[in-house]
Amino acid sequence: MNALELHSICKSYGSHRALENISLSVPTGSRTVIVGPSGSGKTTLLRMIAGFEFPDSGSLALNGQMLVDGTREVPAHQRLIGYVPQDGALFPHMTVAANIGFGLAAKGVAKQERVAELMDSVALDSSMANRWPHELSGGQQQRVALARALAQQPRLMLLDEPFSALDTGLRAAMRKLVARLLADAGVTTILVTHDQSEALSFADQLAVMRQGRLVQSGHPLDLYRYPADEQTALFLGDAVVMPARIEAGWAHCDLGRIPVNNHRNNRSAQIMLRPEQLQLISAPHGLEQQDGCRGVVTECDFGGNTCTLTVELQTLNADDRPGRSLLVRSSGMHAPPAGSEVHVSTIGHAHVLSEP
Amino acid sequence: MLPETLPAEVAAASSVNLRARSRGVFSGRGGAWVISLSVLMSLLALLPIAFVIGVSVQTGWATLVTLVWRPRVGELLINTVLLVVLTIPLCIALGLALAWLTERTNLPGRRWWSLLATAPLAVPAFVHSYAWVSLVPPIHGLFAGVLVSVIAYFPFLYLPIAATLRRLDPAIEDVSESLGLKPWAVFFRVVLPQLRLAICGGALLVGLHLLAEYGLYAMIRFDTFTTAIFDQFKSTFNGPAANMLAGVLALCCLAMLTAESAARGTARYARVGSGSAREQRIVRLKLRTTLLALTLQGMTCVLALGVPLITLGKWLIDGGAQVWNLSELLPALEQTLMLGAAGALITTCAAIPIAWLSIRSPGPLQRVLESCNYITSALPGIVVALALVTLTIHFARPIYQTTITVLLAYLLMFLPRALVSLRAGIAQAPVELENMARSLGRSPGRALWLITLRLAAPGAAAGAALVFLAVSNELTATLLLAPNGTRTLATGFWAMTSEIDYAAAAPYALLMILLSLPLTGLLYHQSKRTAGR
Repeated sequence: MNALELHSICKSYGSHRALENISLSVPTGSRTVIVGPSGSGKTTLLRMIAGFEFPDSGSLALNGQMLVDGTREVPAHQRLIGYVPQDGALFPHMTVAANIGFGLAAKGVAKQERVAELMDSVALDSSMANRWPHELSGGQQQRVALARALAQQPRLMLLDEPFSALDTGLRAAMRKLVARLLADAGVTTILVTHDQSEALSFADQLAVMRQGRLVQSGHPLDLYRYPADEQTALFLGDAVVMPARIEAGWAHCDLGRIPVNNHRNNRSAQIMLRPEQLQLISAPHGLEQQDGCRGVVTECDFGGNTCTLTVELQTLNADDRPGRSLLVRSSGMHAPPAGSEVHVSTIGHAHVLSEP
Repeated sequence: MLPETLPAEVAAASSVNLRARSRGVFSGRGGAWVISLSVLMSLLALLPIAFVIGVSVQTGWATLVTLVWRPRVGELLINTVLLVVLTIPLCIALGLALAWLTERTNLPGRRWWSLLATAPLAVPAFVHSYAWVSLVPPIHGLFAGVLVSVIAYFPFLYLPIAATLRRLDPAIEDVSESLGLKPWAVFFRVVLPQLRLAICGGALLVGLHLLAEYGLYAMIRFDTFTTAIFDQFKSTFNGPAANMLAGVLALCCLAMLTAESAARGTARYARVGSGSAREQRIVRLKLRTTLLALTLQGMTCVLALGVPLITLGKWLIDGGAQVWNLSELLPALEQTLMLGAAGALITTCAAIPIAWLSIRSPGPLQRVLESCNYITSALPGIVVALALVTLTIHFARPIYQTTITVLLAYLLMFLPRALVSLRAGIAQAPVELENMARSLGRSPGRALWLITLRLAAPGAAAGAALVFLAVSNELTATLLLAPNGTRTLATGFWAMTSEIDYAAAAPYALLMILLSLPLTGLLYHQSKRTAGR
């Protein structure tokens, strides 16, 4: 069953079209991530779901209740939707406990107990209750903001780049904590981010936005493997994109003959491979192999556990044009050094990109 | 009062709000109300300018030329221009020297010197010249005008320059030194250019005071436009001559505003990059320089604080108990407090819609509305007063010479003081926080009350205090507009000195200084806080 249904949402600011015909379904209990470069309209969409902004047209329903359509606009305070913005937005004139208890209807001891419970759930020490927001670190502020939003047992939780202000190590830890917490509470969640690795790791459902449009949505692995176009492919990670001729389920390209997931014949298609689908074998001169092609490592970018290599392919035709350069991932330990000759082969299918 | 001491908060807030465009409170009728109230306030603020233009049109070109094109106007213009071009550079030099010494050197007791350099603001300008006239009776003319003006107004430059010096990124100075600049070159090529906004803002404030001040120059018999208009008004009540002089004065003020905005330029002077700034570096003074610096600080103190305090003390001792005429003093104090409180309340309330718009939905309309108010506050009190006299006589007879008109004048003159503080206050409560409260189940009205008003209250209070103190020291407009029988501390003081009863004037002056001390403390505190300490 779907918790949230967006239908043909449009919004303009003057002549600038911020959102164009957005439709999206968010399954109950799922974690949906909206990802896109800055200015793509993802935050506007989130604020619209929260009720801080209203669409020019389109409708929005939560658990079957219509929140916005042509005739009605339910205001933010009647929506029971939790919201955690980028900087936490803690009330500066209230203590941690007062911030967390802000949305609670309970009074007195019951309220105190609930606040303590919430602080415990976000791993905040109870001694922090009487601290002021400016006395907390960035990570602590985010946890208070999360506890405050969870306090009212929201029907939907919205997270607007909540980890982007944190440093790298803390970011991953917070992401895990939040994912577990929300899963335990069974709260449907929408997270907005411009960080593709965060998006891929957090999402059950991923939606890619660009220039106010929803470009593609689906399971993260599907989007990573089968992006709709080159831009989406490159946004979700490194990719090798090259022209190819498709014939009977095979692509003929600079890498030789590669199986594809599309059986339609096409003389001028674009295919995409992820760098980890390419495999290198050291190939001293003279040794010939059937599949794949030969190349030379021109650059080696050591990154610890993995190493990104630039490989220049040897041209099959005789003219002097330099061959195509590819990015290839290799384990850091056994990467061939720059200058060495290699044999490039592929694993799995190549993905045929749709025509632009 | 010093808009340039607050940019940090305002900038921080506007960056938040650019991100967070919200319909929120502006949806539907609420927004329309806020906007129409702001438009109404701004139209009201344009009354004095409309008056100047209207009177010029009514007078006709021929009469206008004969009234403006005469030797007397030339004389006044020369006096005023000389006063401005001599006083402003001296104020800049003094303010800059004192600010550098208190902020960037190891001068002994620099915190105290810094407080003492702010303190002259607590003494109303006309009390300064009262002190000088009673100390050196023959003092008069341009020299006296420049001397007393520098003493009375240099803190307007000291405060913003000191605040900016405290806030500059020390890394920029480190970098310029590593690029081979000598310490003096670092100061002139790197530090001084960054003080441009502070110097421009302060110089404008001083310039506008020079043009608007009446009491200071009347006391030392130095004729400026303002004193001439006042005399003209007294002799030929509501005559075209006074009105035309007011027109020329208004043009001078507008020219000064334009010159300042041109000098300000468009460059940005903000700290680029994140991370916390290091401590400013401190220059160690040699013994001889220290002595020289202490002499400068001491001299300034003696002239700016010593002279008024000694003179006041002398008059109070000479006068003894009989100058404390409580049957006149107490009503004056009471009326001052009443007018001050009413003025502060009305002005702060009137500033709310404009301040709200400028933070919550900045745009071209809001900028126009806001600049209407700033332009009017740059006009001297005498122009505002003349406008209100003429308009009430012709169009609103029932409120002519009533407290309502006096309060209206205060509103027009002091609105920006309330506006600047209130804006900083509302900026403390970004719309995000209000949205947060709404998403946690509070209705828009409750969210406004619990979050925004609660956070903006200190700013509103500071603005109200600034207006209160401005009202309690106001002389020119009050003299012209107050109904018969109204006597504030300032007009009471003025009445006594006009009768050359300097001893009887002393208690009034003392009460005014005591009332103004909190203002000085507030400004001092504000400039420290802007620097993040």
